[in-house]
Amino acid sequence: MSQQTENNDIVKEENLVFKKTNVLLDKVMHYCPGCGHGTAHRLIAEVIEEMDIQSECIGITPVGCSVLMYNYLDIDMQEAAHGRAPALATAIKRLQPEKFVFTYQGDGDLAAIGTAETIHAANRGENFTIFFINNGIYGMTGGQMAPTTLPNMKSSTSPYGRDVKMMGNPLKMTELVAQLPGSYYVTRQAVHTPAAVRKAKKAIRKAIENQKLEKGLSLVEIVSNCNSGWKMTPLQSNKWMEENMFPFYELGDLKVDGGMAK
Amino acid sequence: MAKVKGSIVVDIERCKGCELCPPVCPTNVLSMSKELNAKGFHYVYMENPDNCTGCNNCALVCPDACITVYRKKLV
Ligand SMILES: Cc1ncc(C[n+]2csc(CCOP(=O)(O)OP(=O)(O)O)c2C)c(N)n1
Ligand code: SF4
Ligand code: SF4
Repeated sequence: MSQQTENNDIVKEENLVFKKTNVLLDKVMHYCPGCGHGTAHRLIAEVIEEMDIQSECIGITPVGCSVLMYNYLDIDMQEAAHGRAPALATAIKRLQPEKFVFTYQGDGDLAAIGTAETIHAANRGENFTIFFINNGIYGMTGGQMAPTTLPNMKSSTSPYGRDVKMMGNPLKMTELVAQLPGSYYVTRQAVHTPAAVRKAKKAIRKAIENQKLEKGLSLVEIVSNCNSGWKMTPLQSNKWMEENMFPFYELGDLKVDGGMAK
Repeated sequence: MAKVKGSIVVDIERCKGCELCPPVCPTNVLSMSKELNAKGFHYVYMENPDNCTGCNNCALVCPDACITVYRKKLV
């Protein structure tokens, strides 16, 4: 592995500020350049390292771009059928309540085919954590319209933009989950700037730590980009996300410690 | 305030040349190389290494965890 080294008097172990956590394996992730999935994986891995729960953590991967997440995190992981991760997480957490259990799901997985599993797991107050990566389309299969696609947003199956009269309205799953008595912590974050990354990491940590309280479901939505699917450069897609996704999918806490935040 | 000096090390074979890190650097340290890595990406490098404060911004936004950051207090 070739690396660039400069400033040799500074590049020393005692001056280390940041390096890739070992919970994230060295394998290069298959994601497109600039994709938020990679940053979200890294933050989850960092929290697992900081909480020192690597051997007590079980992750459930979805169907979607992040289907291969189990190749990247050095923890126990289980692959679920499309949308069924919350059902699998329910079983695993009930059988092994001492473990920290999370699902990682895209918006096609969580908000389309897996709507029932998501809503019912939340409503039952299952004591695990959902990480929900919302990029507004089906990334893996070629950028088709998802329930989360914005009004007038172009996708490969709404090439002239989503016409809500014909194609229905976008679904705010995170708001729905926050309404349910079984959810305990519900928040919407992003990972495209240093400040957003710091906030998102705190939210991820809180969402995992909540499992110790046994008070119900924690869900962290991460509004993210899909620059290939949106047909933009990574920088353009982050700007587009700020201008178009954030006004509709407002960042911030929706429910904290079982009480509505807004 | 004590002066600090920083440096980063980029794993250039991991870098996908996404260009997300140069704009978040407050001191304009980073640029994209003219050369390509084995995957064919223009990787990031320190064009102005003396300006680095080791603030960690670049490493925070990197989706591929390519950047290691060092910081030293100058006395
Ligand atoms: C039962 C089933 N139906 C459909 C598919 C096809 N399929 C694969 S990924 C996907 C959507 C993924 O989109 P999303 O969850 O938003 O994740 P992303 O790829 O955007 O991260 C679909 C419909 C499948 N694999 N299995
Ligand atoms: S650590 Fe901060 S100052 Fe140094 S290159 Fe990265 S963003 Fe720039
Ligand atoms: S953010 Fe990471 S992958 Fe993107 S250009 Fe910078 S070092 Fe390379």
